[in-house]
Amino acid sequence: MKDILADIDNWQQAGKRVALATVVQVYGSAPRPLGAKLAVSEDGAMVGSVSGGCVESAAVQEALEVLETGTPRLVSYGIADETAWEVGLACGGTIEVFIEPLDW
Amino acid sequence: MAELYHAVAQAIRQDELCAVVTVLSGDEIGRKLLVRRERKVEGSSSAVAATGSLGHTALEQAVLARAAEAMEARRTTRISLPVEEQEWDLLIDVHLPQERLVIVGAVHIAIPLVSFARELGLYTVVIDARPIFATQDRFGHVDELIRCWPDEALQEMKLNESSYVVTLTHDEKLDTPALICALNCPAGYIGALGSKRTHAKRVAALQEAGVSDEQISRIHAPIGLDLGGRSPGEIALAIMAEIVQVRNRRKEVGR
Repeated sequence: MKDILADIDNWQQAGKRVALATVVQVYGSAPRPLGAKLAVSEDGAMVGSVSGGCVESAAVQEALEVLETGTPRLVSYGIADETAWEVGLACGGTIEVFIEPLDW
Repeated sequence: MAELYHAVAQAIRQDELCAVVTVLSGDEIGRKLLVRRERKVEGSSSAVAATGSLGHTALEQAVLARAAEAMEARRTTRISLPVEEQEWDLLIDVHLPQERLVIVGAVHIAIPLVSFARELGLYTVVIDARPIFATQDRFGHVDELIRCWPDEALQEMKLNESSYVVTLTHDEKLDTPALICALNCPAGYIGALGSKRTHAKRVAALQEAGVSDEQISRIHAPIGLDLGGRSPGEIALAIMAEIVQVRNRRKEVGR
């Protein structure tokens, strides 16, 4: 998480809201381990990663919605569900990501 | 608001081992607790709730024990915890300090050792007060080159479990004070270069300085896995391999 702190600080100092996505479950092979993080600013900028790049754009969309509603959510990305076909985890694994507004 | 994040960010920036517990589902979704460690005598420590709240005292009490285990194992964990007739879905997110390799002695072996350590993602520090050894030409690739007496430099460093210290000077006057400093800290690995005979002499010197046998047994000597090598590169590889083994075994124990 250390590597994304500077960007989060910059966004917050500029008065932007920030959402945080964290890998909370990994089934099968996955490029990023439990605890891997992606931070998203309200204007859609991102730092960090929750996968090797395959689910980031979907996670950013989800993060922006979370900023709108203010409610955290658990999202699953994997080959078994439809969104995963769209975003495509190349490694064939499934990951669960917790997305929350960084308002704590 | 923001108070918890600032506490977490500060702990991470200060390279403190800590855990952030988050409720992942249910009515209390998103609630968080920062768990830090309180160091007690002789290296033992206990987990204490620092900032934030999970909303239930009994849950927080139960979580502290699990967070302490996760920090000990140095491993982020998702758990399901039954408390007060409810199943709690939690992430214990363990934040590890940056791993550091501190090399005492800017000797020949230190040059490839810095390369191996950097390749494995470690922050590297080389300490040597002797100007002909600690040159930018030889150590342009190190993160930090400190030109002063090793024990003085080590005292300022706040070595933690993610700090690995190796002494390579072959000079008792430099190595022994450095080892005493390292042994006073919870460093995750301490290794000393030298033959069995050199090490026996070193043990005697440490005992004379009042270091306990239990503390002395933390020193890996002769240093490195036995790869049968003799060149500086091979010895550096043996040292690096031993550090990786020690660090990964500690993680395994926690599983």
